[in-house]
Amino acid sequence: MTIEKHRIKQTLKQGSATAWPICLGYFPIGLALGVLAQQAGLPWWAVAMMSLLVFAGSAQFICVAMLAAGASLTAIILTTFVVNLRHTLMSSALAVHLVGIQRRFLALFAYGITDESFAINMARFRSGDWDRWKALVVNHLANIVWFVATVSGSLVGQFVPQGAFGIDYALTGMFICLLVFQLQGRIYIMTGMIAALISVFWYLMIPGDSYIVGASVCAATAGYFIQCRYRRKK
Amino acid sequence: MTFSEYLFLFAGMGAVTYLPRALPLLYLAHKKMPGWLIDWLGLIPVAVLSALLAPSLFSSTSDRHLDFGRPELIVALPTLLFALKTRSLGGTVLLGMLLYWLAGFCL
Repeated sequence: MTIEKHRIKQTLKQGSATAWPICLGYFPIGLALGVLAQQAGLPWWAVAMMSLLVFAGSAQFICVAMLAAGASLTAIILTTFVVNLRHTLMSSALAVHLVGIQRRFLALFAYGITDESFAINMARFRSGDWDRWKALVVNHLANIVWFVATVSGSLVGQFVPQGAFGIDYALTGMFICLLVFQLQGRIYIMTGMIAALISVFWYLMIPGDSYIVGASVCAATAGYFIQCRYRRKK
Repeated sequence: MTFSEYLFLFAGMGAVTYLPRALPLLYLAHKKMPGWLIDWLGLIPVAVLSALLAPSLFSSTSDRHLDFGRPELIVALPTLLFALKTRSLGGTVLLGMLLYWLAGFCL
């Protein structure tokens, strides 16, 4: 019993130690979303409901903007679908580390898959000192912080000045470091550079958000073939 | 909007957010995946993050044209070096925010 308790404590401790930088980044972004939602006329309980049911930062920002612009509900739902398609890739990649795990756990885990939790859990799984329960703690701690931040934003956010303390850069800073965590060899660096190149040109040429999934799939495929050729030469 | 309209909207958004996150995991975790798929999926994290990040650094978001002089990109360089050196997510986020905030005064 005490051993079991100790194990749970360790899981919570390591999970939260890993999650706190994500939470740090989520807080200002969530606050900003709450402010925007409040200005767009959403009551605080609607923000709470949205963060609970949707939990997808970029889709929630788009939703608020579309509501403010008077878009139809169906259009908002369709846009959300397109914007979140990239998570099919992340979910598939996580499956490699969660083989044979019972479906109840996976269903609960899937709810918390975001760009950030995905990146950090993948890096941790690959380095080896990680298990699914710690990953679950990361996912759901981030979710709780996101919920609290968005709701507080909608309640008190009007007092936060626009762009204060560089909060606009929190997400970019997070992505930069999460990207660094993935660079575990030459092939990863090359794939990342190919993805950057393709995504920028895709972004410039084609309106909408298809550049995320499109560039990711192209770059991973290119990286895969480079890896194959390199292995064969060896 | 009424309560039930909000509920309809967010339940719909929730469904199209949750299903892409859950279905591949539920399906693939109980399948024997071929080696090539595992290798390919191993390259997905770096590709997705790079694709999310790069356009926001190298082009303006308002009218989508190539721009190598934006504060986002200039601040990204020291932030990247810091991340490579320390591998600290919290520190990187804080440094990036600080530099971007300062850049707002200088640039």
